[in-house]
Amino acid sequence: MTSRARNLYLVPYLLWIGLFVIAPIALIVYYSLFDVEGQFTLSNYVKFFTPVYLKMTLSSFWYAFLITFWSLLIAYPTAYLITKTKHKQLWLLLIILPSWINLLLKAYAFIGLFGTYGFANGFLELIGIGTKQILFTDFSFIFVSVYIFIPFMVLPIFNALEELSPSLIYASRDLGASAWTTFRRVVFPLTLGGVKAGCQVVFIPALSLFMITRLIAGNRVITLGTAIEQHFLVTQDWGMGATIAVFLVLMMALIMIVTGGRKARGTK
Amino acid sequence: MKQLVRMTAAVIIITAALLYLTNWLNTSQGFRGKDTLTIYNWGDYIDPELLARFEKETGIKVIYQTFDSNEAMMTKIAQGGTSYDVSIPSEYAISKMKQEGLLLPIDHSKIPNLKYVDKRFMDLSFDHDNQYSIPYFWGTVGIVYNPEMLGGREIHKWSDLWDESLRNQILLVDGAREVIGMSLNALGYSLNDTDEGHLQEALRRLNLLTPNVKAIVGDEIKMLLAGEEAAIGVVWSGDASEIMSENEKLDYVVPKEGTNLWFDNMVIPKSATNIEGAHKFINFMLDPEVNAQNTEYVGYSTPNAKALELLPEDISGDERFYPDPEMTSKLEVYENLGPRMLSHYNELFLEFKMHRK
Repeated sequence: MTSRARNLYLVPYLLWIGLFVIAPIALIVYYSLFDVEGQFTLSNYVKFFTPVYLKMTLSSFWYAFLITFWSLLIAYPTAYLITKTKHKQLWLLLIILPSWINLLLKAYAFIGLFGTYGFANGFLELIGIGTKQILFTDFSFIFVSVYIFIPFMVLPIFNALEELSPSLIYASRDLGASAWTTFRRVVFPLTLGGVKAGCQVVFIPALSLFMITRLIAGNRVITLGTAIEQHFLVTQDWGMGATIAVFLVLMMALIMIVTGGRKARGTK
Repeated sequence: MKQLVRMTAAVIIITAALLYLTNWLNTSQGFRGKDTLTIYNWGDYIDPELLARFEKETGIKVIYQTFDSNEAMMTKIAQGGTSYDVSIPSEYAISKMKQEGLLLPIDHSKIPNLKYVDKRFMDLSFDHDNQYSIPYFWGTVGIVYNPEMLGGREIHKWSDLWDESLRNQILLVDGAREVIGMSLNALGYSLNDTDEGHLQEALRRLNLLTPNVKAIVGDEIKMLLAGEEAAIGVVWSGDASEIMSENEKLDYVVPKEGTNLWFDNMVIPKSATNIEGAHKFINFMLDPEVNAQNTEYVGYSTPNAKALELLPEDISGDERFYPDPEMTSKLEVYENLGPRMLSHYNELFLEFKMHRK
């Protein structure tokens, strides 16, 4: 194959990246430089550093952290146990299955489950605790988000555990390490790459969650995603919406650099 | 390389074939040029029987499409892909579309039935002399509540919502102007107030309401209130009548301090191709008998005085949906406050949402 032909095959990819990755980001940056009345200005960036948006950023980070933390806490043992089962692929499929169902449908289902007369409260009533407010609380928000993100956390960790050579574990046991020490000193460090990948895949989208903040948290939780949605759809202040988006992109890039840097040195 | 060319050719051929097919289908069904009228309306916002009757009376074929938000509708009309002949936006959207030059003026001489429309609903701030829009339905923003869940308690005014006994019982609609307007009204200010001091006072007042607010939600509010998830909801009267038809225990009240008066008006978008037909349709919808039938079907409040006379007493006499003149004088239409102020309202609303219990 000549190099000319090879370059020709690159064209679709370059076009794709140019049109759907670079151009949108450039457009976002471009729009962020205009205010509501279409005047060129940097005032949107100044506005981002006012208490309203800073508080929103902090709360976005806090909730994204909580969601990632709980997802990891549940997903790691799950992935670990799956690697020990006989029908790994089946179990994995069962965990991924819910992510094939539309997010909106799942959110509506949770409204029904968590409602005052829903299944969850029926159960609490039955065991004598009595009806509690579950819907529209921090708990329901984090619960539903974790439920949605778990498959994305399980998969990379599962792959990392699968790649781990069993002989390393045998060696560790032969040398007298207890099960716990083996896990702490051998298994966990060697699967850290999967954990990092999982955290990235969960934390970054969790930062900009918007629909379920309204449906499940009743707008009691406000993330940057909510603000972007409102600026684009309600106020039509595209400039401010784009500015928040620029900051989100920057923060995500920062997270990728921080968590990705060590990985290159580590696992492989 | 050859394969690439072949694939591209296949796509082009298929597209062309589909284009031809739709064209042929449209012609064979009579959807062609002058004899069709494309109507762009909210979902479930007209009695379909009336569309059939309009087709029969005028011989014009109706193409009916629906939207679910003013913003989505405006974007589609501004884009201009489809030519819509009649649309029914809300008042704030009308003043915006007017500014952006998306509307055609309406020729009143072609709409003789305009005389039946109540003068109270004509010549309003969003469209002086009704140059671009003709009233379709109107309504208010008010409180839906469930007396049974409140132990028989009644609610009459906005300030009742601040009562300590209503902890965690209120659902608010997710709209900045509605919620901040409610607080402004409760304080006795206009809901079009732009005075920074008054707005900050309204925000402080709203923050005091936080312990009583269970959630701030969108369209789900109808389902949640009908399902008795909370006892009180701040909603548009149109949604209220829908909720009340699903759960009869609920009641609606137009708050004493005054509230918002909203309109959905018929307009002719710039992209219209059948302007003659659009005028005919608007005139048809204003016919008292047609209008009464439509009002009974949709359940909103009609601005048509003659049609109101034709409606049964239990509809036309319902003060919750047709408030008496004294109450009506306290209702205000949202003025277009300009993008900067609207943005400010939204930021205050965000601040209220972030205020924790």
